[in-house]
Parts: sequence; structure tokens; C-alpha cells
Amino acid sequence: MTHAAPPLLVVEDLRTHFFTRRGVTRAVDGVSFTLHAGETLALVGESGSGKSVTCLSLVRLVPEPAGRIVGGRVMFAGEDLLQKSPAEMRRVRGKQIAMVLQDPLTSLNPALTIGTQVGEVVRLHQGLRGASLRERVLDSLRRLRIPAADTRLGHYAHQFSGGMRQRVSSAIALSCAPRLLIADEPTTALDVTIQAQYLELLKDVQASAGVAVILVTHDFGIVAAIADRVAVMYAGRIVEMGSTLQVFDNPSHPYTRALLRCLPDVALKRQQLVEIGGQPPDLARLPPGCPFAPRCPERQAVCDEAFPATVDVARGHTASCWAVPARTPA
Amino acid sequence: MLGPKRELPWFAGSVLVLLVLAAIFSSSLAPQSPTEGDITQKLIPPIWMERGEGAHPLGTDRFGRDVLSRVIYGSRISLLVSLIAIGVAGTFGTALGLISGYRGGLTDAILMRLTDVGLSLPTILIAVVLVAVSEPSFRNVVLVIALLLWPRFARQIRGETLAIKEQDFVALAVVAGRSSAWIIRRHIFPNVVPTLLVISTLQVGYVILLEGTLSFLGVGVPPPNPAWGLMIADGRGFLATAWWITLFPGLAMLLTVLAVNLLGDWLRDHLDPKLRQLGSRAAAPEEPAAEPGRTVSEGHAHGPAARADRA
Repeated sequence: MTHAAPPLLVVEDLRTHFFTRRGVTRAVDGVSFTLHAGETLALVGESGSGKSVTCLSLVRLVPEPAGRIVGGRVMFAGEDLLQKSPAEMRRVRGKQIAMVLQDPLTSLNPALTIGTQVGEVVRLHQGLRGASLRERVLDSLRRLRIPAADTRLGHYAHQFSGGMRQRVSSAIALSCAPRLLIADEPTTALDVTIQAQYLELLKDVQASAGVAVILVTHDFGIVAAIADRVAVMYAGRIVEMGSTLQVFDNPSHPYTRALLRCLPDVALKRQQLVEIGGQPPDLARLPPGCPFAPRCPERQAVCDEAFPATVDVARGHTASCWAVPARTPA
Repeated sequence: MLGPKRELPWFAGSVLVLLVLAAIFSSSLAPQSPTEGDITQKLIPPIWMERGEGAHPLGTDRFGRDVLSRVIYGSRISLLVSLIAIGVAGTFGTALGLISGYRGGLTDAILMRLTDVGLSLPTILIAVVLVAVSEPSFRNVVLVIALLLWPRFARQIRGETLAIKEQDFVALAVVAGRSSAWIIRRHIFPNVVPTLLVISTLQVGYVILLEGTLSFLGVGVPPPNPAWGLMIADGRGFLATAWWITLFPGLAMLLTVLAVNLLGDWLRDHLDPKLRQLGSRAAAPEEPAAEPGRTVSEGHAHGPAARADRA
């Protein structure tokens, strides 16, 4: 895929560390990626691989004072978000970047009605009042196919099911017409049947509004369903990145292959799922070499010595592994 | 199943309704003036005793003032002192608690140490000192009580705020570009309202007792105001011969405090945010009326929050 327009988001060498009594935990350690308008990038990896912290870093919501962004650049629409003052950051967040979080239970304020909560975002961003405000609120709820939206306006969060709550959260996130939507495991708390439905909706809305989406997940099924590109994270770094097709067709990093082997595959009639042995590394005590080396089936001597450079597997497909031979860039 | 499902507190409710009615309509309910007595009618016993008189159902005190009228008018003082003191302390304490909890860090440390100081003030001593440097007055009583009360609010509300600010909707509001002041007002405050109601109610009993104690010690509302504590102090010297001067204001105080505390307990059971959370977790299915019993309790739980929303 070629993009004529400059990318919406360029993340370069982002580093977010947590300073604890046990030492420095490198939750995000040199993450780089780009994202174009209308594109969906999936961040995949085990728990603790730095997916969520990457997202929080983008909007500068890393829990302080323990966590700090210690390096890198986050260029959003040509401006470095890490250089902005809190007041400037507030304007960017509200107008251009929105988030949907994992737990639809705590994403909504239990003390305010849904109508109030959606309405406040619409009012903030579009300055509407009265009947026109109500119309816009109804629109954004209907866009996410919330049935009987007009009677639902007066309801509280606890009167909605999990799937409906996540739709309401998404309606709130999307009603300010953001350019970037960060969705941190939005379907984890949902039933499988609702998951597919919700992802369909998200895809529709995204396609019609041209929003760029960063989707955090550990579910390759979701990746296949919705993502244009995939970035596989391990121990705070992106170890493989490429289009969804490239990564599924030709997983180049042993970790990606191991993750894919964890999935049941109906076509291959695979009966037994293969787990990844060992534990994710302690981010406060990373070995000098590749952090995946201790669990890697293709471990070589060099793996323990230095972190592998990122090489091009194909056009737009990169991996960081000593076992992957570097190709001449096309 | 989830939390106690108690019936409406009828006893507490009716005592309090009576009290409020007595306070509002004192002038038409009281048979006599509360402050002026006929000295020739002094120390008349209650109506059912020998020498009792129809004009003074609960007897008269040593100045011949009607005890029933004074008890009725006394409800006014107790209620007014409670309402104003709790209003002042609640507003101040809540504001401080919200800021302290939400800002955290140095702000929190300073405000909470201040609260610790407030909590360690010796109640009666402060009252005596304050009255020693100024005159005993209604205003001073309210001030002393508010001074002693606000840290309780600040503490509780801060704790509540700490829990609420960790919720995702607060993080999302930050992402949406909201200011701290807006988030505190719009997202945190509505969620502490149930707690605030419970603390306020539970403090009423304490305030009435405190006001009684201060009056008893002569540093409360000055005579000849018919404060219950003052009446008890007045009658102290006549306990053996004219016990009714002391007993009836004492009973009034006891009933009021008991009723308010019962109501507070009931409110706590129904408004406790933790119980409410459990209730809402369980009621997640689409139909809110899945279980009739719980629906009722949720109606209560969300009522005040909804009112705060509109306010």
C-alpha cells in the first residue's frame, strides 16, 4: 500500500521507563512506528509487553511519578506531542485523539446518565445546545447501533449490558470526531459473539470517518478481522511489524511464530495447541541480548550477546531477530 | 443477598418528621412563651402528678417557664445549629477532600496534615477558649462545631476521591481534554454525593450532643434561649425535687440523636458506594428489572446521584 499523504502519526524510538525501588523497569524501550489516516495498526503481545504503556505514552498519561517518558518523539500531524505544554496537550487530546479502554464497566461515570456523558463531549467540541445537541447525541449513539437511543439517553451505565456499554464508550470517543482512536483491548471484557459485532461496528465507523486506529490486543483473531498492519511487541520493543497479510503469511520472528502456534487452527485440523515455554522476562533485569532468547527455539550464541538489528523481511515488513537474514531493501 | 435489605426506618423517620415540624411551627405549637415565665408558677410538676396543671403539661422550671414550650422551641436551636454547622463544615471539608484526593502529591500532604491537626483539636477546650475571648453566641457555637467537624468530611471525601479517580472514566475525561476543576466537579463530585449524605446524617447526632454539651457548660447558645443542653444544666440543681426540668429536654435529645443515627445507618446501607457497585455489577443484564428486590434498592442508590446531576 502506498500513501501519498504524510503519515498522521510517527513514533520514533519511544522510551517509557518506570522507576521503582527494584530498579528501572523499561516498559517501552525504543518503539518506532508510523500510522496513516484511516489505517488500523494492531499492537500484539503478551501481558506486560508494553502495549498499553505505549498507548498511554502517546497521550502522555503514563502514571507519574513512577513512570516517565525518557526519550523519543511522538509526531502527531507534524507536531511533537512530547514537547507540548499540559494546556496544549489538553487541546490535542480532546480534539484529535480519543481512547476506548478495556473495561466498559469503569469507562462510564456511574452517577451521570448516558445522555449527559455523551452530550458533554458533543457540547465541548461542537458548541451545540438544546435540541440540536440532543440530535447530535442521538446520532452518535445510533451510529453505534444502540437500540432505542432516545429512551436510553436517560439511563445510567449499570442499566446497560457490557457490549452496550462499550458501544456507548465508543460513541463518546468518536463523537468528537478524532483523527486517532486508541483502543486498548476494547473487546476483552465482551462475549465472543458481541466481540465480532463490536469490531464490525468499529470498522464501519472507522471507514466512514477515516479515523486512524491503534488497536491493542493479544488476540490474533481480532487482528485478522480488523487490522491493516500488525506490530508484535515483546519486552517493550516491536520485534516484528508488517501488513497483516505479511505477518500471517510469513511470520519471521520466532516469537510471532510461537504466538500464532498458540491459536487453534480449524483448517489445519491442529488438535494440540503449542504453548510458549518459560516466562516473559523481568523488565527491570533485561539480558544484554535478545530478550526472547531464553524462550526461543531457534536460539544461537549471538542471541545472548546483543540485541538484533531490525531488518527488512520484505517491503514494509520488518523483524528484529538474528535468525532472519537481511534482504536487500527493495 | 447483596447487603442488608432493611425496611424503611419508620421509627427514625417519624421522630424526625415530628422534630422538623416542631421546629418549623414552634410558635403555633408551643402553648406558652419559651423565654418568659410567671415566677409565681415556678416548679409546677407535669400534668399527671399531684399539683400538675393543664396549662403546663410537662410542668415549669424555676422561673415558671413552660417546659413543653421550651422543649419545642429547643428543637429549633438543635436543628439550626446542626444544619448550619454541617453545611459549613461539609462544604469546606468536601472541597478540601476533593482537591487533596485528586491533586495528590504535596497538596495532599499539606492538606492532610492540616486535617490531622483539625482532628486532634480538643473539642471542649477550644469551645471554652473561644467563648472566653468572645461572647457566647449562636454564631460562635456554629463556628466551633464547624471547626471541629470539617476534618471528618475532608478525610472521608479524600479517600473516596482516591478510589474514584482511578476509574477509567476519569482517565478518559483527561484524554477528552478536560481540566482538573471540571473533572472534580462533574465526574468526582457526583460520585461522592452518597457518601457525603451518609456522613452528614451521621454527624447530626454528634452535633446535637456537642451543642448540648457546650450549652450545658455555659459556652453554647446563651440563655434565655431554650437550648436543650441549657435546660438540662438549669435543672441540674433540682434533680431531686423537680426532675422534669431535666428529663424532658434530655429525652428529646436522646430520641433525636437515636433517630438520626438510625437514619444514618439506613442511608449507609442503601447508599454505600461499594454496595452500590456490587448491585450494578450484578444488574448488568439488559433488563434492569431482573430482580425486583434489587431494583428497589437501586432506585434508592441512584436517586441522590441523579438529583445531584440535575442540580
